[in-house]
This record gives sequence, structure tokens and C-alpha cells, in this order.
Amino acid sequence: MAEVPSNLKFLESHEWARLEEDGTVTVGISDHAQELLGDIVFVELPDIGKEVTQSGDTAIVESVKAASDVYSPLSGEITEINEALIDNPEIINTSPYESGWFFKIKPQDISEMDKLLDAQAYESSSES
Amino acid sequence: MNKTYLNDFHQRNNGHLVDFAGWEMPINYGSQINEHNTVRADVGIFDVSHMAVFDFYGSNQVEFLKYLIPNDVTKILHTKRALYSPLLNEEGGILDDLIVYHLGNENFRIISNCGTREQNYACFQKVASEFDVQIDFKSDASIIALQGPNSMKNLSSLYDIKLEKFHLYQDEEVMIARTGYTGELGVEIISDANKGLEIWNYFISKGIQPIGLAARDTLRLEAGFNLYGSDMTVENNPYDSNLEWTVDQSEQDRDYIGKKALKHLQDTKNRLVGFYTDARGVLRSGTKVSFEGGEGVITSGTWSPTFKKNIGFCRVTKNFPKIGKSILRDKEINLHFCETNFLKYLK
Repeated sequence: MAEVPSNLKFLESHEWARLEEDGTVTVGISDHAQELLGDIVFVELPDIGKEVTQSGDTAIVESVKAASDVYSPLSGEITEINEALIDNPEIINTSPYESGWFFKIKPQDISEMDKLLDAQAYESSSES
Repeated sequence: MNKTYLNDFHQRNNGHLVDFAGWEMPINYGSQINEHNTVRADVGIFDVSHMAVFDFYGSNQVEFLKYLIPNDVTKILHTKRALYSPLLNEEGGILDDLIVYHLGNENFRIISNCGTREQNYACFQKVASEFDVQIDFKSDASIIALQGPNSMKNLSSLYDIKLEKFHLYQDEEVMIARTGYTGELGVEIISDANKGLEIWNYFISKGIQPIGLAARDTLRLEAGFNLYGSDMTVENNPYDSNLEWTVDQSEQDRDYIGKKALKHLQDTKNRLVGFYTDARGVLRSGTKVSFEGGEGVITSGTWSPTFKKNIGFCRVTKNFPKIGKSILRDKEINLHFCETNFLKYLK
């Protein structure tokens, strides 16, 4: 399994969040999550402008095996979605931390980041 | 957990191991879609040694099998070949589905599913005692499936044999049958574990891709093959599982388990039918479907790697039209009903 990037923060439910220089937060699912799901065949992404809440279900990812909710690591407004995933959802399998991102959020309260797990804590929670 | 003799191989080769009816089996070795496509386009190799192998002994095996299963074993007496049949209870409910192999000279082998092995063994023992037939329930059997359009070409470097569909070859070490669960050209090779390892390693050394059980499931669904436990259970009879062709009524005098009950079940209003939809999502087993004049329930559903859409089977009342509806993530979607053999229907 690929190493968990140390600049990311995580929900225990396998979503990652990365604070960008412009103040937005990019969200995706972890390498461990894509491996659990197997080949991903569909995603449903939120509408741009939608208000989401921390740990609220925001997107859906579906593999041949199962469908799963994707929770938002932060509260805020959706500013961008990764439309490439709609026709090529397998990008999530091949590049979960880079090209396979799901959506970007303009966070409502950046201190919510503190409630998330750091890479090391996520790694040990996903191993158990 | 039970393990096949290839468990080490699966572990060393990135096999994602899961509990499959008490057996630790590889669900994939990376991408189940790539594995699926490899079998459709080229060739792949499967470890299915978790399935149950029973060999029978005694002079009365034909009579034993004529009574045991609804399909008529006398169809395969003239040659060494395989016969598919369900195994029924007295009520006509399906206990399992299996393949009977005639090994020649009225000696037989049965291969049945993994999850039902103890149930079947008990059932066979009970019936066999009435026919003076002995059973050898193999504990170290190897079952390797070599499947795909290039399977026979690859087999020929090891066994240069020609086999018609369902026919089999046998020597002291192996039985090779032109059977499979993928809808592709292919064989299943049965031997002991030592010989199995030799054969497996040979094909792996030739670069043949190992295929996990997840791809096996999508391959069989596209080919229209029922899965025991999903598309048929003890609650179903052969008629509502599209298996009426396995109920042989030609020999009026032959009695077999479930025969009496089946007479009253012939008029069942249910049927398994294929469906596909272009909706973005997968309708899975247990989902309800509706249509003008009736309703049904999905027994298997998946994303088809070959046709790149959601396909599956559902059990519906017989008057089903061409179009139906279902609910996927709170949205109503349209379904098209079709034959269960998607390889034929959607090509």
C-alpha cells in the first residue's frame, strides 16, 4: 500500500482533506479506502455551491462490489468538483491522493481541521 | 479458516483474501475488472479447489444417481462426459447445483458448491446407503479452471487433447473437462494437490493471469449462469430458476428425489429474467423491481465490465413486459428485461 501523505488530515471513515494555499480544502478518499472498495465504477458528486457539514454525506462512490457514502471532512461550501471522475472513476483507484480528488470546499470554520486525524493516527486506525 | 493448497501463492501474489463460506479465497489480485477482461480476451486461471469433489464406488452407481438427481444420468452413459443438475429435496426445493462426471465404466464423480459441502455429503451418504454405493469425499482435491478464448491453445502444450463441450479426458493423474463458469472456451482440471501445484505453476510460469472470485462472479453473470445461494435457494424450484431443462421426465418409471412435488410446481408463475439499465449505479440483490402487471426482486446485480452497464437477474412473474422500473438511491430508474445470457443478448 502507498504511504499515507503526511500533509493530509483524515476522517476515520477514510476521507482525506488537504488545505490549499488559496484557503480551500481538497477532499478525496484514502488509498486504503479505494483498496477496500476495489474497482470503482461510479461516483456521484455534489452540486457546486452546495453547503455541506462536517461528517455529513456529500458524495457517493460505487465499486463493482458495493456503494459507499463519502463524508465531508469539513463544513463549508462546495466550490469545485472533479468532473473527470464522472467518465473515468477508475482514476480514484490509480491516484487516490492526486488526480482522484472528489471536491473542493470553502471551509466555514478552518478550526474544524483540528478535529481530524493526522496521517499517523489515520494509519493506525485503518490498520485495526 | 479452510485454505486451499494454493493459499501461499495467493498471499505472495497480492491476492485479496476473504472468507468465502469458511474458506480463505482470493477475491482479486488487484483489479477484478482487468481480470474479467483478461478472461474474455485471452485466458486466465482460477483456483476453485474450495469446491467439493465426491468420487463414488460400487456397481450400482447408475441407479443411485438416477434416484439422487432430476437430470437423467443415463444421458451420459455412452461416453465420458459431464451433466449439470440441481440437487433437490422431497419438496422440490433446490439444495444445490452440481456437475456429475461419468469417468467411464459407470463410475462417477460429483463436484458441488463449497458452502453446501457438508449438507450434500450427508444427503449423498443417506441415499448411497440404500444403493450400496460408497463415497470418497476428497479432502486434498485440486480444481483449476483455465478459461478464455486462448485456453485450449495454452492447455495443448501440457495436454494435447481435443475435447467437445462437456466431454472429459482422464489419465491416472488428472481429469480435464470442457466445463466452466465464465461463458468462454475452457476446461476445469481436477487432480490431487501435488499434481495441481505442478499444473498451476506451469501455467503461471507461462504468464497466465490468476483470476479471483470477484471476476468469476461477473463472468458467470454475463454468461447467464445461476449462482446457488443468490439466484436459487432451497425456497426455489427448478421451474422458477429456469432449470426446467434439467428435469428429465422422459423415463416415466424413474423415481427421483423431489419428483412428486415437481408435478405440482410446473405451473409456477415465476421466472428468472435478465435486466440491464443505463442508470448510473448498480442495482444489487434484494432490490425490488416493478412493471405493468407485476413485480419482482433482483437476485444478482453487478456492473458488467464487458458491456459497461448495470446488469443482473431478477425473479419476476411470467407476464413481464420489456420495460420495468426500480429505485436506485431514491431515484426512479428504467430497466430493460432480456434473456439471462447477456453475452448473447447484448453483444
